Amino acid sequence: MSVSTTKPLLSPAPGEESRAAAQATAKQPRKERWAVLWRGAALPVTVLAAWQLAAMLGLISPTLLPAPSAIASAAWELAVSGELFEHMHISVYRAVVGFALGGGLGLVFGVLSGLFRSFEQSVDPTVQMFRMVPHLAITPLFILWFGFGELSKFLLIAKGAFFPLYVNTFLGIRNADSKLFDVARILELSRWKQITLLVIPAALPNVLLGLRLSLGVAWLGLVVAELMGSSEGIGYLIMDARQFTQTSIVFVGIIIFAIVGKAADSFVRYLEKTLLKWRDTYSG
Amino acid sequence: MNAILQIDHLNKTFDTPQGRMQALRSIKLNVRRGEFVTIIGPSGCGKSTLLKIIAGLDTDHDGQVLLDNEQVTKPSIDKGFVFQEHRLFPWLTVERNIAVDWPLRDPDVRRKVDEMIAIVRLKGFEKAYPRELSGGMSQRVAIARALLRKPKVMLLDEPFGALDAFTRSHMQEVLLDIWQQNQTTMILVTHDIDEAVFLANRVVIMDARPGTIRNMVPVDLPYPRKKSSSSFQELRRIVLSEFERVEELELMDSSGI
Repeated sequence: MSVSTTKPLLSPAPGEESRAAAQATAKQPRKERWAVLWRGAALPVTVLAAWQLAAMLGLISPTLLPAPSAIASAAWELAVSGELFEHMHISVYRAVVGFALGGGLGLVFGVLSGLFRSFEQSVDPTVQMFRMVPHLAITPLFILWFGFGELSKFLLIAKGAFFPLYVNTFLGIRNADSKLFDVARILELSRWKQITLLVIPAALPNVLLGLRLSLGVAWLGLVVAELMGSSEGIGYLIMDARQFTQTSIVFVGIIIFAIVGKAADSFVRYLEKTLLKWRDTYSG
Repeated sequence: MNAILQIDHLNKTFDTPQGRMQALRSIKLNVRRGEFVTIIGPSGCGKSTLLKIIAGLDTDHDGQVLLDNEQVTKPSIDKGFVFQEHRLFPWLTVERNIAVDWPLRDPDVRRKVDEMIAIVRLKGFEKAYPRELSGGMSQRVAIARALLRKPKVMLLDEPFGALDAFTRSHMQEVLLDIWQQNQTTMILVTHDIDEAVFLANRVVIMDARPGTIRNMVPVDLPYPRKKSSSSFQELRRIVLSEFERVEELELMDSSGI
């Protein structure tokens, strides 16, 4: 018997369907992208304009809330002298080392806990206990043990970055569809292939979420680390400026934190977009 | 007799909160090499359990299950399995879902996968992800995945149950086509009498509580079969009347007559 007549209703011409699929995932048209950008920018731009206006009309004190233009010129001066980039450089370095240490360990521990029940049972309760200890409570101990040097800063940042990756990696692995493990058994996949073809991709959405949260926490931990005592870094810049009531520099520091943080977050979202394009989820 | 699959004295019990429940009792079934057998029965008759046991997914049972004279002890690529849901890996493209752990860089694997894609008529969809496929297309990928590994027997657990009527009859034709090209032994579980008669050399009718084989009806019609022909309708009637007797007994059982 031969079924040579392909039924158009049931299996549409290849071109059509893949084109439809391509359209759904392809770049949005230029106009749409501008609209999205504009929607994101509208609120901050309005606030900035109102703020500048209020400052120019003398409605707010420049020591409490300097005008955006004053902040911009302070930023410009710092940038021209090169001071700003030195501080940024050391801050980013601290965040990266701390994040790599904490996030890396979180990923490894999360994978082990997710894959091996015995590892989970012996490690997870302790981890959960440590998770609840606040940064500020443990900072004095870190200073006592490791001094004011870089090590205590790395460790403080690492402590924060560890948990989101640990918890989410663990969850991602445990959320893998058990029905697919039946398939893996039937296809006689090796343990290694099971991990690379099934466990890791299934856990990836959660791992990336963990990565995003960890990066955020690492960046926030940086502030605590630099405020607890240091002679360089964006946190130090803020502390130092506050002592001399240079409010516009405080703002510059805050804005730098916000911008670098957002850039790191955007990078992970880009990773999500490229690595998870197979996902079939509601996109608003 | 050249039986590729020999099942004898197969018993299976489940422990439930209500006590022990016999799911399968004294199942005896031989399947010839290259034969197409369909298993039909009321829900809860253990037909899916039987299929899982043949696949080696369930080894907690008594009795023998021999595939090529060897007791089945674990799942393997010798026993291709197609589930009711397609169970594709959502993160792999069609071609990688078929190849899975086989390297597509290997020209030999590449050629076999391309052949398989042609057989299930998915040319042009090699790079598509499962979310871009319809139900019937996904199921064809699942069939290709099992078939690529040249299994000794293909086990299909209500593979078209979730598809609409048009797609289903299309898929039945695709499956027959594959069967005739590859001569693979097929065992398909279904609750659709038309499907059972349309596909099979032999229809196995099962009875529930406990699951037993009630009767087997050979279908000697030549392929391709016409569902509207009188000979098809006659066979359908025979299977249906067997099936109804099973259901009547069920009713009497449950009403306590």
